[in-house]
Amino acid sequence: MTDAAIDCDLHPGVPGVAALLPYMDDHWRHTLKERGIEVLESASYPPNAPSSVRGDWRGPKGSAPSTVGQLQEQALDRWGAAIGILNPLFPVQLPFSRDMSAAMARAVNDWVRAEWLDRDARLRAAILLPNGVEEALAEIERLSPDRRFVQAMVLCMGEIPLGRREWWPVHAALEKAGLPLAIHAGSAWRHPPTSVGWPSWHVEEYVSNAYGFQASLASLLTEGVFGKFPGLKVVLVESGVSWLPAFLWRLGKSWKGVRFEIPWVDRPPAEIIRDQVRLTVRPFDAPEDADTVSRLLDHLRSDEMLLWATDWPHAHFEGDALVPPGLPPGLLPKIMVDNPRATYVRIGEEGGNA
Amino acid sequence: MSRHVVAPVAEIPPGGRKVVEAAGKRIVVFNLDGDFFALLDRCPHQGGALSGGIQCGLTLSDEPGRYHFSRAGEFIRCPWHQWEFDIRTGKSWFDPRRTKVRPFPAAVEAGATLVEGPYQAETVPVSVEESYVVVEA
Repeated sequence: MTDAAIDCDLHPGVPGVAALLPYMDDHWRHTLKERGIEVLESASYPPNAPSSVRGDWRGPKGSAPSTVGQLQEQALDRWGAAIGILNPLFPVQLPFSRDMSAAMARAVNDWVRAEWLDRDARLRAAILLPNGVEEALAEIERLSPDRRFVQAMVLCMGEIPLGRREWWPVHAALEKAGLPLAIHAGSAWRHPPTSVGWPSWHVEEYVSNAYGFQASLASLLTEGVFGKFPGLKVVLVESGVSWLPAFLWRLGKSWKGVRFEIPWVDRPPAEIIRDQVRLTVRPFDAPEDADTVSRLLDHLRSDEMLLWATDWPHAHFEGDALVPPGLPPGLLPKIMVDNPRATYVRIGEEGGNA
Repeated sequence: MSRHVVAPVAEIPPGGRKVVEAAGKRIVVFNLDGDFFALLDRCPHQGGALSGGIQCGLTLSDEPGRYHFSRAGEFIRCPWHQWEFDIRTGKSWFDPRRTKVRPFPAAVEAGATLVEGPYQAETVPVSVEESYVVVEA
C-alpha cells in the first residue's frame, strides 16, 4: 500500500455515556447521570451483530474498540496509512430533544478531539452534527477553525430530506468552511427505513440504507443544492457503490421528461453528481471478479468518485485485504491518495505527505 | 428537396398545428404568431408522434425556487416521454446538440405565384385569391 494513502472511514467507538460526561456541561452531566442514561445504541449497529465489529478486533467481552491505541494497533500502524478520517457513530441523532442531541454531539466532538486527534497526528475527523439546523450551525462554527476537522457528518435517514431549504444554512456554512457534507449510513429512526413501512429484520434494515442514500441524493439534486452551492462536496460513507449507476440512469431519464418542474437543474443529473459526490469503497456491494467490477466502473464514467476506506472496525474483510477485490490496480493511487486529497480540501492544502 | 403546398394559411391559425404529408414524410406544421415552422412528426427518441403532444413555454431558473417563464407555446412536448423540442429549431432542450427533430423550411406563398411555380400541390387545390403554407421537404 502506498504510504500516502488516506483512510476515509474509521469509527472511534464511544465506550459508553460515562466517557462523554467529562465533555458535558454541569446540566447535562448531572441530567444524564440522574436519568441513568449509561448507554445509547442505535438499532443501525447492534453491538453483537457480526458486521458491527470484526471478530478479531473485539475486546474481552466482545466490546468495540474504543481507544486510539487499538486503532493504531489494528489499523493505522499495521497498514501504514498517512491519514485516517474518524467518523463517530455515537447516535446523537436519536434524542428527540434538540438540546440533548446538541449536548451529545458537542461532547462526542470534544472527546474525539481530546482523546484521538490530540494523540495521533495522522488523524482527522468529521464534525458530528446534531439534529437541529441551528445547533448544527453552531457546531460547525465552533469547530471549523480546527483544521483537523475535515468534514461534517449526518445520517442518510434523518428528520427531513437533506436538500430541503431548511438545511441550506448548513450547506452554505460547509461550503464556506471547505468542509464536505458526509452522509453516513444509519437512521435517526424518525421514519421507517423503507417507504412501505417498518422492516422486521436487521438484514432488511441494513440493505435499506441504499434507499436512504438514494433519497438523500435525489433530494440534494432536485432541490438544487449542488447548483446553489457549487463548492460543496458530498461524501456518501458506507453507502455501497453498485446501486449508483442504475439510480443515475433513472434519475437522468426522468429528468429529461419532467425537468421543467425543477428548471434550476439545468444539466444532466449524472454530470452534477459526478462533479460533486464521492463514495467510500467499504462496503463494496459488487461481485469480486475483476470483469464485473470493471463494467461497474465504466458505468460510473468517472475515476474520481471513489475514496478508499477500511470502515474499521466494521467487518467487511479478513486479514489485510485492504482493497475490495476486483478493483483495477491502476485505479488505486487515485482512490487511495488523489481523490481523497481533492475531496478534502483541508487535507489537500497540507501538501505532500501529512 | 422540393416544395410542397400543404395547406391554405387559414387552416392553421396562430397557435394551431396541422399534420401533413410531403415527400412521403409525416410532417407537423405550426403557426407561431404568423410564422410557420415544420418538423418531422416523429420524436428522435422512440418515434412518438410529436403532433399529439402539448405545446408549452420554456421555464428556466437561475436559482432554486425562481421560475422564469417565456416563449409560451414555442415548444412541443413529445406525448410519450415529455421531451421538449424547440418548434423554431427542432432542437431538444436537454441536449440540443445531439437530440433534435428534423426541421423543414416553411413559408407562406400567395396563390397567384403558386399556380405558375414548380410546386407540388397534389393534395391541395390552389386558388389565386388565397395564401398557402409551403414546406420544403
